[in-house]
Amino acid sequence: MSKKSWWIIGLIIALAVTLLSPLASPWPDGLERVAEDQGFIALAQGSLYEVIPDYVLPLVANEAVATILGGMIGVLVVFGLTVGAGYMISRRGAEQKTS
Amino acid sequence: MTIANFLLLVPLLSPKTIHIPDGFLSLGTALAAWLLAIVALAYAVARTNRELGEKQVPLMGVMAAFVFAAQMLNFPVAGGTSGHLIGGALVAILLGPWAGVLVMTAVVAVQALLFQDGGLLALGANILNMGVIASLVGYYLYIAIQKLWSKRPRLNLASAFAAAWCSVFVTSVACAVQLGVSGTSPIQVALPAMATVHALIGLGEGAITVAALAFITATRPDLVASSRAAS
Repeated sequence: MSKKSWWIIGLIIALAVTLLSPLASPWPDGLERVAEDQGFIALAQGSLYEVIPDYVLPLVANEAVATILGGMIGVLVVFGLTVGAGYMISRRGAEQKTS
Repeated sequence: MTIANFLLLVPLLSPKTIHIPDGFLSLGTALAAWLLAIVALAYAVARTNRELGEKQVPLMGVMAAFVFAAQMLNFPVAGGTSGHLIGGALVAILLGPWAGVLVMTAVVAVQALLFQDGGLLALGANILNMGVIASLVGYYLYIAIQKLWSKRPRLNLASAFAAAWCSVFVTSVACAVQLGVSGTSPIQVALPAMATVHALIGLGEGAITVAALAFITATRPDLVASSRAAS
């Protein structure tokens, strides 16, 4: 595998992982389970606004497809944000070294 | 079990990864967690600013993308409960502790801002727990355990499994303490409950961490070697 194409393949793998998201266990996760058992789950407040709530892309009829699309959007946004921030931080560091 | 059987058993429901929502933490606890998270983030930026090479940036992006996707895949553990990857140990072992903090913060922030997973006031605590604590515990424990095995700094999957398990366990304890301090659930109740569930979830964390590290080592051994040398 060439060094340049590695990150593209990595990104494709991350996108492919979201295809499995409709198979995710619907059971409550660790924190949610404890909150239910200890009776404080009702304290949870809804959010002020919703963009892609519960990873389900709104206006898509099929929930499995909506979840996969929501996941793929998230993968791309997180990738873009991290790469953008990473370059900003590493460039600024390089400038400080040379000046 | 075939995939068809699996599909029949698991109803098609959205993943319910929940991070700490608003309402679980008192205002004081949430603000204190924000303060600690911001201090840790500022330090992480300062450290990576000096140490991060541009060559590492695409790997940071790929790992953030993978962790985001993998966190959606809740896996069943005992008693009608599920768990999901945190990923802090994986990312920190690969990229170093402070780049790990940045990557995990990006994931947790996008989950809160775009996917309404975790509250906005509670985001500081979620960053502190899954971003800072999971990454730092995962990384430094990995280094400590690995040194017991061999003096040469090369990837050791058994150490990675143990570090990943501990990162989940310690993170869950931190969350329990925050719930206790907030008065949401008495600490003598919340702590054993969170620790027990996450002791199981940690096994999944360890397995996924080891699988991902083994895959990366097989395809790009230089990535693991270079990042380890840099940290």
